[in-house]
Amino acid sequence: MRPWVVWATPFVAVILAVIVGALLIIGFHHNPVVAYSALFQGAFGNVQDIATTLTDSLPLMLTGLGVAFAFRAGLFNIGGEGQYWVGAIVATIFGIAFPGLWAPVHIFICIVAAMIAAGLYAAVIPGLLKAYLGAHEVITTMMLSYAMVFFGHYLVENGPMMRPGFIPESRPLAASALLPTLVPGSQLSVGIFLAPVCALAMALLLNRTTYGFGIRTVGQNPRAARYAGIRVPIYTVSALFVSGLFMGLAGSVQVMGVEHQLLDGFNSGYGFTAIVVALLGKNHPWGTLAAAILFGALSAGANTMQINAAIPVQLVNAVEGLIIFFVATEGLIHWGLSRRHAAVQPAPGQGALAG
Amino acid sequence: MPLLQVHGITKRFGSLTANDRVTIDVEAGEVHAVLGENGAGKSTLMNIIYGLLHPDEGSMTLAGQPFQPRGPREAMAAGIGMVHQHFMLIPALTVVENIVLGREPGTRLRLDLDVAAREIRQLGGRYHMEVDPYARVRDLPVGLQQRVEILKAFYRKARLLILDEPTAMLTPQETGELFAIIERLQGEGLSILFISHKLEEARRIAQRITVMRLGRVVETLPAEGATAQELANAMVGRDVVLQVERDPQPPGDPVLEVENLTVLDATGKPRVKDLSLTVRAGEIVGIAGVDGNGQEELAAALAGLLPAVHGRIRLAGRDVTGAPVRRRLEEGLGYIPADRQAEGLVMNFTLAENLALRSYWRAPYARGLMLAFERFNSVGRGQLERFDVRPADPRMLARQLSGGNQQKVILAREVGARPKMLIASQPTRGLDVGAIEFVQRRLLELRSQGTGILLISLELEEILALSDRIGVLYGGQLVAMLDGARVTRERVGLLMAGSREEVSA
Repeated sequence: MRPWVVWATPFVAVILAVIVGALLIIGFHHNPVVAYSALFQGAFGNVQDIATTLTDSLPLMLTGLGVAFAFRAGLFNIGGEGQYWVGAIVATIFGIAFPGLWAPVHIFICIVAAMIAAGLYAAVIPGLLKAYLGAHEVITTMMLSYAMVFFGHYLVENGPMMRPGFIPESRPLAASALLPTLVPGSQLSVGIFLAPVCALAMALLLNRTTYGFGIRTVGQNPRAARYAGIRVPIYTVSALFVSGLFMGLAGSVQVMGVEHQLLDGFNSGYGFTAIVVALLGKNHPWGTLAAAILFGALSAGANTMQINAAIPVQLVNAVEGLIIFFVATEGLIHWGLSRRHAAVQPAPGQGALAG
Repeated sequence: MPLLQVHGITKRFGSLTANDRVTIDVEAGEVHAVLGENGAGKSTLMNIIYGLLHPDEGSMTLAGQPFQPRGPREAMAAGIGMVHQHFMLIPALTVVENIVLGREPGTRLRLDLDVAAREIRQLGGRYHMEVDPYARVRDLPVGLQQRVEILKAFYRKARLLILDEPTAMLTPQETGELFAIIERLQGEGLSILFISHKLEEARRIAQRITVMRLGRVVETLPAEGATAQELANAMVGRDVVLQVERDPQPPGDPVLEVENLTVLDATGKPRVKDLSLTVRAGEIVGIAGVDGNGQEELAAALAGLLPAVHGRIRLAGRDVTGAPVRRRLEEGLGYIPADRQAEGLVMNFTLAENLALRSYWRAPYARGLMLAFERFNSVGRGQLERFDVRPADPRMLARQLSGGNQQKVILAREVGARPKMLIASQPTRGLDVGAIEFVQRRLLELRSQGTGILLISLELEEILALSDRIGVLYGGQLVAMLDGARVTRERVGLLMAGSREEVSA
């Protein structure tokens, strides 16, 4: 595979989704140009819109980085949703527990506690089971994800964290645990600055540290890694831990920056969308951020599109679905992009040159 | 008149000319070997004859008639059968189902396999290629799977059989059986195109040999009278040293001591049983044996990839029985794994990264916990040049290299680490003559520098050529330890097949 083909694939997937989405919009007797420009306006039209887009993107950026990191170690952490809930729950507990602390300290404690808890939730059970018993992390992270999401619901629905009254939600966090708002009138908090910091940290960790070299080796070829003296189980467990750190960070930042309390409706599917975000971003830190912004823009712009162009939000969901579809059929796009080279060079496996 | 005549065939892939005005003919009842290194254009030529590829120029005739197959179906109909190096069989189906595939007997709605099975039994009986038509292909050993492929060609009434590297996956015994089959087929008037890069085999089985290099026919000559040296030179395009020189040299202190080693495989079966052996500095100990007699498990246990359930392993005097892989590497172990793509290299890593694989965590590749990534390429380039890797570009990906160059990268890494003890598992498997020579020379060079080498190989010739002492592995046990200078090929062969004799280490 040529490198440019690999990098072009996500763009082609998005373009194809936009084209097929346009056909779909035409099919429903709307004007795709009007629809897309309303969508774009809604996502990037003014500072408030951009703030909303970034607010919607932030949890996807962080969870996306978590999925991407696990992928780089050859692991498929699809239980990000549950780990995200762990982060949210722990941040809420710590955010309520120490009112009156100096805000930077309080925020720091909440975030670190949430990250470590979520990291352990990913590493201890799925990580150890995978490393020493070979239990597949797709199953274990998925199962534990559901367990944690339901446990979170229980906590605020008649559980110990429910505030007095009848609404299934926790008490609000202490003011000292809230992330300052960045754009007045929006929900965008200073937490957004964590995204590029995290992406940079992940890039450095993977490419500039010996630990990252081990992670990449294990991810690319665990057998060769063993032969080279790398202890694969350690990397399996620790990669899931680091992946969980990102998820926990996402959950805590969402509680501390946007929701300010744990809600029954907190569940949002970020942990699952994160998988698509990471795939679209080619498991590359900066690519993942870009993909998250795309998905944030789609969700933020959808409402404007509905109001201004009277086009149902569901069409945006369809476009999201199409992107997922075209990312998933990446092999097809590869084939399409490299077809003109196929005339020059036989496909691998055909072996015409191997003689 | 020749059965098949190929005249001036040219085939280009972009800027690469895979076949350049190739002319070759095959007589009826002849075994014609096409000899060449990987990339010489042999497979391209065969794929053209079989209709898988279409030539840009040139023509072919089959039994005097113009022959331009548009696809394998037409080639088969014209009487050409091909057995690919990687078999085209469906493992879950039975032998008869595989053979009739695409030409199912019976009516449109009813498949009549029994008729076909009878016919297969008859064919098999006639050519001494017995195989149970109702056995599932996945349950058959490689040698029998190949028979199924040959029978498949027969079932389709082939007059010319193309065998593409047919011995690559076979044990020496299976190779012998295959050659007996080829001789019988030839006796029936069948023509065979025998594609190989092993010149001894070509000399043994063929009447005429065509040597190809870089897409061109170098020469066609009678097998009788052709010397191995002249064939090798023609294949490689320069003078090759076939029999590497091995100076006598007194061995030094033991660098590997194995005592009563027992190793289990993943299913808990003992695959190495109570094995003891010693390798001294400056000595090559060869391990001969038929594939599957514990070679893999022995190598894995020595490297630390499989636990020793019983026994001791000492490396340069230090006990490493329970030590992890990395400690053994640091104690001076080098390891060339049997499967270079799956075990030796990370195919999506650059050559520089692959060279750093076993020592990336320390100098010169690391400073503390950080990679000294700017040194990767400069350190790598020197190593690649010393080991003649082509291209010597540390930024290339491992998967972009040929097999021989991939093996050189592994050699550069393992030999470059200046090991006291090197385990070389199948170090020349699948390589062409030039690369084999290179690898073997490096091993001997390492020996003269005082490294102890355990050479595990399925190529008996290689063991005989390189080893100071030869251990024979049978059923997980070392059944003999022989003096490499005085042993005969026949004696080792007998021991490999299970004939018992006292260990005289």
